[in-house]
Amino acid sequence: MATKKLGFVIRTLPYKIEGSRLAMTHAISSQTVEIYLEDGDLVEPVVCFIGDGVLNCLKNQQAMKNYGITSLEQHVKNSLLLDLNVLICKEDVDKFGIKEDALVMDAEDIGGETKAKIVPFSEIQKAMESVDHLLFC
Amino acid sequence: MGKLTIGTFSSLVGSVSLDFAIKLSEAAIKKGHKVDLWVSGNATMISKKGQKAFKDYSALAKKVQELIATGNLQVTACEACAEARGYHKEDTMEGVKRFSMDWYLASTFSADRVLHIGGD
Repeated sequence: MATKKLGFVIRTLPYKIEGSRLAMTHAISSQTVEIYLEDGDLVEPVVCFIGDGVLNCLKNQQAMKNYGITSLEQHVKNSLLLDLNVLICKEDVDKFGIKEDALVMDAEDIGGETKAKIVPFSEIQKAMESVDHLLFC
Repeated sequence: MGKLTIGTFSSLVGSVSLDFAIKLSEAAIKKGHKVDLWVSGNATMISKKGQKAFKDYSALAKKVQELIATGNLQVTACEACAEARGYHKEDTMEGVKRFSMDWYLASTFSADRVLHIGGD
């Protein structure tokens, strides 16, 4: 029985490329990975938004209206609904002048209990150091 | 002998990131390692059969097939990403598997090293 930790570090803008969406869908797929593993083995992701990547966490995205696709906001909420650890870099949020209430911090409206955390980059660095494998997306 | 898992989202054409991933796979295999190559997003197109080589574009199909034939490269494509691009099961290059994204995470579980080569 073992747990492997994966750190998904999302640096890419929402919608411009597929990187942030794929990072989140891959992280969410950790919920079904057991079908490929031995009993008791797990993969535990942490999702970190840094740089331009913090813009994926903005509220009120209109992806369905404008592009006919699910929003990255919904992917963040789904991550929280599944109790994934979601960290957002405070320094980068501050650089963009974004206030906390403009970001997706919880998934209460869909029944989630876990909250995203805005943390200094030093905390994200600690999370990166604690994982077995890092995936920059 | 170790196991290297490489995941990539990068395009077959328009980026040389996939070229790098294949060259790295080849180098690892030559050193006696096994490689799992997960292709997702635009990268799924590297696993489609019927690619034609032009000198203006990256042409990796022949090299991928040679590496698969060694028995030390497993290429697996994201099924949803492929289907979204109109690339169906019958279009899949010989020796390539198609699974959902959790396959990649499972591969990282047993990997000695994981390299994720971004997107574009």
